[in-house]
Amino acid sequence: MSTRITIQPVTRIEGHAKVTLHVDEDGAINGAQFHVIEFRGFEKIALGRPFTEMPGLMARICGICPISHIIASSKAGDMLLGVRTPRAAVLQRRLLTDAQILQSHALSFFHLSSPDLLLGFDAPPSKRNLFGVAETDVEFARAGIRLRQLGQRIIEGVTGKRVHPNWGIPGGVLGAVPGELRDEVLARLPESYAAMDDALGRAKRWADQYAPEIEGMGNFPSLHAGLVGADGAPDYYDGKLRLVDGDGNVVAPGLDPRRYFEYLEERAEPWSYMKFPFYKPLGYPNGMYRVGPLSRLNVATCMGTERADREFVELRQRGGGAVNASFHYHLARLVEMVGALERMERLFADPELLSADVRSRAMLNEEEGIGSCEAPRGVLFHHYKVDGNGLVTSANLLIATAQNNLAINRTVEQAARRFVKPDALQEGMLNRVEAAIRCYDPCLSCSTHALGQMPLVLELVGPDGTVRDRLQRE
Amino acid sequence: MRVRTLEIDGQMMTGAPGESIFNVAWNNGIHIPRMCHLGGLTDVGACRLCLVEVEGQSRLLPSCMTPVREGMVVRTNTPALQKHRKLIVELLLAERNHVCAVCVANGACELQDLATSLGVDHVRVRYRHPQCEVDLSHPRFGLDHNRCILCSRCVRVCDEVEGAHNWDIGHRGTNARVISDFGTAWGDSESCTSCGKCVQVCPTGALFSKGASVGEMRKDRSFLKYIVTAREKHQWIR
Ligand code: SF4
Ligand code: FES
Repeated sequence: MSTRITIQPVTRIEGHAKVTLHVDEDGAINGAQFHVIEFRGFEKIALGRPFTEMPGLMARICGICPISHIIASSKAGDMLLGVRTPRAAVLQRRLLTDAQILQSHALSFFHLSSPDLLLGFDAPPSKRNLFGVAETDVEFARAGIRLRQLGQRIIEGVTGKRVHPNWGIPGGVLGAVPGELRDEVLARLPESYAAMDDALGRAKRWADQYAPEIEGMGNFPSLHAGLVGADGAPDYYDGKLRLVDGDGNVVAPGLDPRRYFEYLEERAEPWSYMKFPFYKPLGYPNGMYRVGPLSRLNVATCMGTERADREFVELRQRGGGAVNASFHYHLARLVEMVGALERMERLFADPELLSADVRSRAMLNEEEGIGSCEAPRGVLFHHYKVDGNGLVTSANLLIATAQNNLAINRTVEQAARRFVKPDALQEGMLNRVEAAIRCYDPCLSCSTHALGQMPLVLELVGPDGTVRDRLQRE
Repeated sequence: MRVRTLEIDGQMMTGAPGESIFNVAWNNGIHIPRMCHLGGLTDVGACRLCLVEVEGQSRLLPSCMTPVREGMVVRTNTPALQKHRKLIVELLLAERNHVCAVCVANGACELQDLATSLGVDHVRVRYRHPQCEVDLSHPRFGLDHNRCILCSRCVRVCDEVEGAHNWDIGHRGTNARVISDFGTAWGDSESCTSCGKCVQVCPTGALFSKGASVGEMRKDRSFLKYIVTAREKHQWIR
C-alpha cells in the first residue's frame, strides 16, 4: 500500500507549514511538497493607503526582519519622491541592515539550529531547543543570546523601539543616531568578535562531522542570486543583482534591481500560499534560484572586511565553483555576522553617521517606486504604484523565503529520500527533514505576508491519496 | 450677575449663569472625559463621553451642553458612568478602521489616550470594517475617513474660527462622512483656505499633514486659544 507522510507543523521556523511525502507501491519516497498553509495578504492591505505610510505598515509583515521591509519600502518611497536621500540617512539604513543581519542570524543559528548541531539530530525532541543547548554548554548559549541582543540594542538605540519602530520614511529616516550608542556598541565589539571566533570554530567542526546531512539536505546545483557592490562584496543596502550558476559561472553580472520584473517571475501552485519565483530566461522550474546567506557568498568575490574575508575564502573552498550544499547556510550566516560586526564598526567611525541631516522632503514626483535590499534571508523587493495623489493602487512584494520556495521543495524531497524510511518511521528522520528546511531559516510570516511562529506537520501519503501516517508537533 | 453654586463630586463650586457643568468642573480640576468638546468652539454634544449624573434627573446629561443651576448635585465618575464611557469608546473603535499601529497619529491621538485611560483593552462589539476612502487630493493635507469619529471639530473650527465653512457632515447614520465643499474632493474645494486649522483640532489621525509617516503626526492646538483670546479680549498674547 502506498502512503503519504505529512510533517505538520514544522517546528522552529517562523510561520505555519506542512510537508507531504509521497510513497510509491514499493514503499519508497517518490515525491515531497512543502506547503505553506497560512495567508495574510499585505499586498491587499496596502491598497488605497498613502505611500508615506508604507514603511510603517510594511514593518508589520514580520517581527524578525521589520527593518528590511522598512528599508525596501523607504527606498521605493525615495523613488516615488524622486529625491536624493541624505548620506547620513543612508548610513543609518546601512547600520540597521547590519544590526538586523546580526540579530536575525543569531536567532537562526544559536536558538533554532544549534540544538540539532550541538545535541545531534537524534537527540530527544524535548532537549532540542535553546534550553537543551544551555544545559549542555551554557557559555555557547549565552554568547548567542548576547550577539542577538547586541543587534536588537542597536536597532532600539537608533529607532527607540526593538521590534516595529517608526523610523523609516520615504526620503530618509526620522531622527539622528544618539552619540552614546556609538560608545556602547564599540565597547561590546571585542567580546562579540571572540564569540564569533568560537562559534565559527564549532560550526566548521560540525561542517566536517555531519557529512551525510551535508550530502542529503539540499545539495544540488542551482542558480544563486544576491546583491553585490562595485567591489564584488555583498552590498546589503544598494547592490546590483548578480546571478551565478551551480558551478559558480556568472549568469548575470549586475542586473538593476529596479527592473526585477523583467527577469524574475512568480508562479502560483494550488497547494501552497507561497508563490514560486524563478529566473525568467531559464523558465519554470529550471530558473529556480536560491537567495540568502549562502547565495550572497556564492555571488560575491569578497566580503570587503578583513575578518569576514578570511572566513569567506575558507567557506568557498567547501564547494567547487559555488557552494551548493544548503547545510552550509549555517556557516555562511556566521561569516555574514562577522562581516556585519566589522561594517558596523566602520560605520560608527564615520562622524556623519550621527548627523541630523537625515531627511529629504519633496512632493510626489513619480507614479512607480521600487525598493530592494538584502534581508537576512535574501534579496527583497517592494514595488508600489500610486495614483496622482499618492494613494497606493498596486503593491507587489517579492520576498526572500518565497524565492527559496523551489529550492526548499527540492531540499525536502532530497532529505526525505535520503533519511526517511516510511515503513520504520522514527522521529530523528523527520527532524532531518525539518532541519533541511531550517537551513533556509524560512520566514513564512514574511513570504505569505502571514503571521506566527512556525509549527510543521508531516504527512505520509500513498499513491491512492490516503494518509498513512501523520506527525505533528506544536 | 449672580453666580450659581453647585456640588460636583462632593465639592462645592461656583459657575457663571449659562456656563456648562463641563467647564465649571474642568476649571476646578475635575477632568471629565470628552471628545467633541474643544475650548474655543461651540459645543454640540456629539460624542456623549462627557455624560454625568445629576441628582433628581432620571437621564444622564451631557455636561458640555448642560448649564449649571443653583443647588445642582453632579457626579462625574461613578462606576455606571465609567461603564458607559468605556462602551462608547469601544463603539467608536468598532465603527471605522482604527488601526493604531499603522496610523499617522499613533502616540498622539485623543481617542487612543482616552481608550487607554478608560482601560479599553479589547472591544466587545463586532468591528464593522467599513470601506472608507482616503482623500489626498489637497496639496498639503489628507483626510482618512477610516479614522474619523464624526466629532465635527473640523466643521466648527472652519466655520466659527476660520470663517470658511469648507466642512460639513453629509449622509446619514453609518454612512455619515465629513464632506468638503458639498461633497467635492478636498483638493477641488473653493472655500478651503488651506489654513490647516481643521488638521490641528482633529482628535485622531483622520486629518493629517500630507507626507506624515506612521506615528509622525503631532497636533498643536495652541492657536485656538490665541485666536479666541484675541477675539474676545482684544489681547494678542501667546
Ligand atoms: S475629521 Fe477629525 S475633526 Fe473632523 S469630524 Fe472626523 S475626527 Fe472630528
Ligand atoms: S464632549 Fe460633551 S458630548 Fe462630546
